Amino acid sequence: MRTLLFLLRKEFLQIFRNKLILRLIFVMPVFQLLLLPYAANYEMKNILLSVVDHDHSEYSRKMVDKITASGYFKLVNVSQTYDDALKLIEKDKADLILEIPQNFEKDLIREDQTMVMISANAINGQTAGLAVSYSNSIIRDFINDISAEWIQQPRLNPQPLIEVTSSNWFNPQMNYKYFIVPGVLALLVTLVGFILTSLNIVKEKEAGTIEQLNVTPIKKYQFILGKLIPFWILGMVVLSIGFLVSFLFYGIFPAGSLVVGFLFAGIYLIALLGFGLLTSTFAESQQQAMFVAYFFMMIFVLLGGLFAPIENMPDWAKYLTYINPVGYLIDAMRMLILKGSSFWDLRMHFLIVLGFAVLFNTLAILNYKKTT
Amino acid sequence: MTQKEIVIKTNKLTKKFGDFIAANEITFEVYKGEIFGFLGANGAGKTTAMKMLIGISKPSYGYAQIAGYDVYKETELIKKNIGYMSQKFSLYEDLTIKENIHLFGGIYGLSEEQIKTKREALIDKLDLHSQADKLVASLPLGWKQKLAFSIAIVHKPKIIFLDEPTGGVDPITRRQFWDMIYEAAANGITVFVTTHYMDEAEYCNRVSIMVDGVIQAIDSPDGLKRKYNAQSMEEVFLMLARGAKRGE
Repeated sequence: MRTLLFLLRKEFLQIFRNKLILRLIFVMPVFQLLLLPYAANYEMKNILLSVVDHDHSEYSRKMVDKITASGYFKLVNVSQTYDDALKLIEKDKADLILEIPQNFEKDLIREDQTMVMISANAINGQTAGLAVSYSNSIIRDFINDISAEWIQQPRLNPQPLIEVTSSNWFNPQMNYKYFIVPGVLALLVTLVGFILTSLNIVKEKEAGTIEQLNVTPIKKYQFILGKLIPFWILGMVVLSIGFLVSFLFYGIFPAGSLVVGFLFAGIYLIALLGFGLLTSTFAESQQQAMFVAYFFMMIFVLLGGLFAPIENMPDWAKYLTYINPVGYLIDAMRMLILKGSSFWDLRMHFLIVLGFAVLFNTLAILNYKKTT
Repeated sequence: MTQKEIVIKTNKLTKKFGDFIAANEITFEVYKGEIFGFLGANGAGKTTAMKMLIGISKPSYGYAQIAGYDVYKETELIKKNIGYMSQKFSLYEDLTIKENIHLFGGIYGLSEEQIKTKREALIDKLDLHSQADKLVASLPLGWKQKLAFSIAIVHKPKIIFLDEPTGGVDPITRRQFWDMIYEAAANGITVFVTTHYMDEAEYCNRVSIMVDGVIQAIDSPDGLKRKYNAQSMEEVFLMLARGAKRGE
């Protein structure tokens, strides 16, 4: 126990002496929380629209007006032919082409059906998908308006209309920041817990100090706790700063219990510290450790649902996310902060992360050897 | 000889890495209070052998007892009773001199009071008063080595293992370093030292010369010189090491 105190003292002295890391620990949460939610924004504005109108009717004009009035689209051009419009897409001057056929108005009224074509530049599939679905829903709205107008007319078959209204629970304004901030908090905790820990231990390998410690009577558990406790505390400090920043700048205060949030992050950190320790037992140099850490961070974060929702992933990727600890933290943070989930609601998350903690730390302890 | 207390005893101690036999059935004894030089060319297996003796590398087979403890089963007890300083400088560069002394004193179980006494004595002896609160990184190599040695014996170990302690150090500092080694030996600490400076070999009570993982000769420097009819240890060393197939 006394030896552990000596080791902790040493570790904190070193952490506080490393000014760059120390500053990063405080600056990183602020920067990431201020930048990422603004930069990584999926709301689409100013989709460049090119219209090819072969009908030139009142209705075709009304439809285009309705689309541009939505605020998502910007009409950049009205072309004579589809080929002309396509050239604009090739030059990247338009994102979306709306082609309205001849007799659009006539068919709509007489035949009760007509067709329009939407072509999107799908180099960025995400933008294209959103642009198409936005325009689809606006056109559907438009048709409904027309039908409502004509439904009074006896010659049109009365058509039952089902209007779908939606309300967005847990994030009523569909504010993207509310979605991304809890994820960024999870990312921060992961960075400190995983990368800093593994680099720190490998640094001792490089300097030869770990060999010096290995010939002393320090017990394995003392060495490991001496490393894990300081970084656990650092991780919790970063999380606290993160919560504070998201409250001050975004007014986001967890709808659920803050205690549950810290408890969950605390267990999660133990898991990630164990993973960092495990990494350090394999890596011989900080360079190796950095690359291994980067490899896992990329996969963890991309598959963790921070930017792309896990629900949209193909099945094989969904299975991968089951073994991704970061995914559980991001999910739990969102549930806790946005939905106000309780400890009981999150019990499965707790159990799984606890499992990760036991697994990683057991492997790390088995693999960390004072004797080769 | 029979009166002497044995503190290191090995019998056919061997370490294999796959097919490669780094240390091949080495057998020797070291007596209490002597300075034992463990010589050999680069790659001869000195460091491998030493790592087995200090309990951070498991022997493939063979037997060794350090300060009365078994290298297989009692490594933790061995570690309590030895000090170790490697060719690679291994104090914490981002801690001050005082903090390093405090840390290692604490690890070896000294009380705060003992640490304080030791610390003052050590800083006095090395004349490091003006540097005591500076980071170790800012010290010249020679001072670092002297400091590392002093810290390695801060807990009064039975044996101190030194792995090429004077590598890269100037002749004056080397001389001072050897004064410190003599002083430690006079205080009853057995010194086990590897080196490839042959003038240093002359300072040892007894030396062994390792060639390709095997101990080729073991005796006092004078005894070896007589046996091989040589003027200096350097000559003896060249005679024995010339046949080496390993190393640079």
